[in-house]
Amino acid sequence: MLRPTTTLELQEAITGAWADATTLEVRAGGSKAALGRDAPAAQALDLTALSGITDYDPAELVLTARAATPLAEVRAVLAERNQHLAFEPPDYAALLASERAPTLGGTLAANLSGPRRLSAGAARDHFLGLSAVSGRGELFKSGGRVVKNVTGYDLSKLLAGSFGTLAVLGEVTVKVMPAPEQACTVLVHDQTPAQAVSWMTRVTATPIDASGLAYLPVHACGRSEVQAVRAGGTAVTALRLEGIGASVAARLQALREGWLTDAGHGYETTVLERDESRVLWTEITDCQLLPRQGVVWKVSVPPARGADVVTRLTALLDCDVVFDWAGGLVWVCIRGDAARETVVRGTIRDCGGHATLIRASATERRRCPVFEPLSPPVAALSRRIKDAFDPGGILNPGRMFA
Amino acid sequence: MPAVDAAVVGRREELAAALRWILPANSVLVGEDEKRPYESDGLTAYRQMPLLVALPETTEQVSAILKACASFGAKVVPRGAGTSLSGGALPLGDGVLLGLAKFNRILDIDYPNRCVVAQPGVANLAITRAVEGRGFYYAPDPSSQVVCSIGGNVAENAGGVHCLKYGMTTNNLLGLEAVLMSGEVIRVGGKHLDAGGYDILGVLTGSEGLLAVITEVTVRILRKPETARALLVGFASVEAAGACVANIIAAGVIPGGMELMDRPAIHAAEAFTHAGYPLDAEAILIVELDGPAAEAEELALRVADIARAVGATSVRASASDEERLRFWKGRKAAFPAVGRIAPDYYCMDGTIPRRKLPQVLTRIAELSKQYGLGVANVFHAGDGNLHPLILYDANQPGELDRAEAFGADILRECVAVGGVLTGEHGVGVEKRDLMPEMFTEVDLAQQQRLKCAFDADGALNPGKVFPTLHRCAEMGRVHVHRGETRFPDVPRF
Repeated sequence: MLRPTTTLELQEAITGAWADATTLEVRAGGSKAALGRDAPAAQALDLTALSGITDYDPAELVLTARAATPLAEVRAVLAERNQHLAFEPPDYAALLASERAPTLGGTLAANLSGPRRLSAGAARDHFLGLSAVSGRGELFKSGGRVVKNVTGYDLSKLLAGSFGTLAVLGEVTVKVMPAPEQACTVLVHDQTPAQAVSWMTRVTATPIDASGLAYLPVHACGRSEVQAVRAGGTAVTALRLEGIGASVAARLQALREGWLTDAGHGYETTVLERDESRVLWTEITDCQLLPRQGVVWKVSVPPARGADVVTRLTALLDCDVVFDWAGGLVWVCIRGDAARETVVRGTIRDCGGHATLIRASATERRRCPVFEPLSPPVAALSRRIKDAFDPGGILNPGRMFA
Repeated sequence: MPAVDAAVVGRREELAAALRWILPANSVLVGEDEKRPYESDGLTAYRQMPLLVALPETTEQVSAILKACASFGAKVVPRGAGTSLSGGALPLGDGVLLGLAKFNRILDIDYPNRCVVAQPGVANLAITRAVEGRGFYYAPDPSSQVVCSIGGNVAENAGGVHCLKYGMTTNNLLGLEAVLMSGEVIRVGGKHLDAGGYDILGVLTGSEGLLAVITEVTVRILRKPETARALLVGFASVEAAGACVANIIAAGVIPGGMELMDRPAIHAAEAFTHAGYPLDAEAILIVELDGPAAEAEELALRVADIARAVGATSVRASASDEERLRFWKGRKAAFPAVGRIAPDYYCMDGTIPRRKLPQVLTRIAELSKQYGLGVANVFHAGDGNLHPLILYDANQPGELDRAEAFGADILRECVAVGGVLTGEHGVGVEKRDLMPEMFTEVDLAQQQRLKCAFDADGALNPGKVFPTLHRCAEMGRVHVHRGETRFPDVPRF
């Protein structure tokens, strides 16, 4: 195992691997080792030692850290100054049955975002700059340490979600934001999936400015630690309001006056205050409300199509679902070991969207394309991009595409 | 710029004939007079007549044109509305200028999915106009938004005054259709979020027309905030204004917009628009708070308190929307206002860490004396994006060169304090030769290898962004060496 402790050692490790054509499995915390195609490499490149926050200036809204810095450390340092990562990075420990802690670099390399993706953008939208080592062993940088920058190609975007297949992140700079002063969650009880998606679509067309909109069917509610969610015995639609106290109160009032009815009849509602609200959204962010067994797909569709997709999927598969992003994200957990990709991808194809296999056995993650198959010209372009960064194909080969 | 390819110039008529197989005859411009409107973009100091102008209106035509150009070995320069301030659409004498103005239709307004699908030639503001009746808008608002095109916005990753809170173009984009130099049509993203695979959508945004030609754009639209309040705050020093900005953000307030103007900019804007700016102030801040009424009210009070605590000399809160728009009127007209006090001005676009503002403005004042040219500063204070406007007279021999040298020194200072060369205008030809101030040869070589993945022959908008051009074959294995010859500059007027 290669375990560089400095950027220079990282560069040497990769240069050496390129010279003798050794494939590398790039890992920081290792919490997402089961994410992506199962494609073993000859040697592990363990980045754990490249950890630590190198610069943080709250008034500039930027933080720079070595890639393997644990997310928990970043969160704690930000919380001291009432700031946070607005894209709400998830921890898939429960989902992927991993004991390991996620890192900032791993989160960016997988472009993972939570429910606030809806209003605050994805991980990639907060990724301002980087230094990284390419598959040629060259240390390069891109972007900067300021929030507004168009100097050169935006390689932060390209490396976000590239699963370590293009270059190995050394140091990353992210945009940080003030944490909301106040938060609460309105639970709307007993909507059907179609009613919920229709209601969420209506709410997003108002100035209510929800920072989370999720729908939890009964099975998911039963797994929640939050009493009001678990005990009702009905499905729950959850709407989160965040901001200064006066703003949260005003929007809650507006919601009660105008948007908690449908076709003249009012829905039964409960309001979760700050602490319970946080518990619920952490459960949603970290996928804790899905069954512990079974194959899990992350399905991204135009939000108004969410219910339609689920209706079709549940007719064909024995599965549980959770909706996030106002219907635009559907977590699908299929009972059994088979990925059933033909059904899943076939169903979403005519809605526009894509499906990523998040949890499955290594065998299934070898057999079935984990990421949505690309059109021929985009696939060819993606291969050329890979070659432009990693001509020897040594970095996480096959992790994304065969 | 790249050396002119005499063989391609010699086959101009042949190429024009090939393009007339693809386009109606009146969409291929050959004559000097009809090509004249395309010889320059928003960076008017640079001019170059293109070999030909092609004006397609379908994706199939764009694809066929690119294939034809590739077979002739002809270069291609894409152009939206031609408002680039960095020379991004500056033509090439041996290249086809590909004008996308005929792609002017909004294809789909999808309220349930909160997005709009538009052709690239649609004006930025036209998208907001199309959806504002239902209470929506498109967030990025570059000051040229009345005319600049959404395709050009994507190519340049355009910003505006609301970026800190609402993001730049890249953060408001959902999908693209684009054509590669090979003629291949690619579609990335759509009405859904975060498509898997490499983020080609993200890397095309801000690629300045060097990677692909954009033929369709899907953007997200946002619900208009319920209210907006603006504060007009005067300060006796730029330092105090800078401290106010830092304290607002440290207090956890993210304004919808936060703009700083220095004394010369205040006076120019006030003389032009009578916005009611305090003429005794050394700096003013316009801070806009938006959201539900209760939020905007309370945040306005908090910001006013912060401003007074750092010694603001005047604090005015807008009592009506008319007054709020009056506060903005001077800022939005700052460029033309400065245009009235000098025959010409040259607009710079560096971004700096906000805390460095006093230091950078002091340095700009020193440089202003050194070069003997006036300067007015407007600053997107929320995101650290500085727009010094250098005043000069192009009719005075040597003044343009001095203005450019002055501007380059400002950008060097921006990089030296930890900032970047360009926040929203792009590198283009203008800042191309300054790229080594910010990037090493290895950094630039990696970017050029990416270019090679999209355009192996380097035919799409060459001469922009990169100070030296390398053939893709040589980028493959050989390391880049120092001291390569720079390409001779563009003819200038």
